[in-house]
Amino acid sequence: MIICITSKGPKSTDPVEERFGRSPYFLFHDTEKGDFDPVTNKFADAAGGVGPRAAQVLIDRGAKVLITGNVGGNALSVIQAAGIEVFRYRDGGSVEDAFQKYQKGLLGKMA
Amino acid sequence: MRVVVASGKGGTGKTLVAANLAAVVACLCDVVLVDCDVEEPNLHLFFPSEKKLLPVLADVPVFDTVRCDHCGECARTCQYGAIVVLSQKNLFFPEMCHGCGGCEIVCPQGAITMGKREVGRIEFSRPRAGLTLVSGVLNEREVAAPRVIREALRYAAGHPLVICDAPPGTACPLVETLEGADFCILVTEPTPFGLHDLSLAAGVAGVLGVPAGVVINRSIGEDEIIWRFCRSENIPVLWTIPFEKRIAELANEGKVLTDEIPEMKELFLRLFAEVRHRGEAGL
Ligand code: SF4
Ligand code: SF4
Repeated sequence: MIICITSKGPKSTDPVEERFGRSPYFLFHDTEKGDFDPVTNKFADAAGGVGPRAAQVLIDRGAKVLITGNVGGNALSVIQAAGIEVFRYRDGGSVEDAFQKYQKGLLGKMA
Repeated sequence: MRVVVASGKGGTGKTLVAANLAAVVACLCDVVLVDCDVEEPNLHLFFPSEKKLLPVLADVPVFDTVRCDHCGECARTCQYGAIVVLSQKNLFFPEMCHGCGGCEIVCPQGAITMGKREVGRIEFSRPRAGLTLVSGVLNEREVAAPRVIREALRYAAGHPLVICDAPPGTACPLVETLEGADFCILVTEPTPFGLHDLSLAAGVAGVLGVPAGVVINRSIGEDEIIWRFCRSENIPVLWTIPFEKRIAELANEGKVLTDEIPEMKELFLRLFAEVRHRGEAGL
């Protein structure tokens, strides 16, 4: 399964970015391979429509779970339509930390 | 001649000035009053009357779900994030679409054709002799304010005398309204906030080459802050409206001041004479 975590940097030790559409990086974690694959969000500084465009990146990469701070209205409807589950992380820690908390079932699901 | 009444922000009395100016001028000659504050048009509150509606349409893609193979080209092309392609269906966000037609061009399956959708409307009325009111109304959640403004102005174009109530702010909608106008009346309040918004709006008029003059509203006789700015920028102060409870009350009730207070009529006529003189001379 592929999990996406929004991140301020390309490494799993970098802090989680709480904004979805404007996140500088998306870290894709493949639970079978166990690695974190960083993808630069080229829409982070775009003028408009960042949420849906970023959501398209997740869909194209086959992510099934998204861990982030918050997702705006349009992006959320896209993500839900695509069947991706969203978990909220707002502890200010690293991508690693968010992932561990997700595995332990400590993160709340966004409706 | 086209005159724009602007203020840089809402709540300064801009609409009050536009409504009264149009009301007194209508006694002299035909005038078209255009409400360009399409996100919150309220001139009609001063002039209740029966209206005719015309829709404002924008281009949008229509997807042929049979032809579409969900290749995702259209979503990659759209600069506004209006399309998202899933494996089984496409999602389209009409209020984010700018109608550029890019998706139609790139679709390899010919699955997109451009259709129309309503983003707003233009309301026409003739509330009193000599006065035609044209109001632009943007539908909720829509972003195409400039498009509705352009449409409203198009209906007024060519008329010898047009007065526009500008949208607040200093972004695209104000630029759309001001561009090509002959004169801009800047309504302000004698406060630091008023001055801040005034200087921004005056800057836009300056860049667009539209001559401007200032009306100070709600004056309690301490307007030095505005006068100093106008002197340094070489913008004339056309008129000062004193702060009076009666004026505020009448305005709140949606009454036209010049109908209720005879002196007001004189003062607005004088303002119009000054504006016409400056607008025609390009001062
Ligand atoms: S480009 Fe055409 S075929 Fe491809 S997903 Fe868009 S509509 Fe479907
Ligand atoms: S018309 Fe332009 S803005 Fe609208 S969906 Fe197509 S590409 Fe995007």
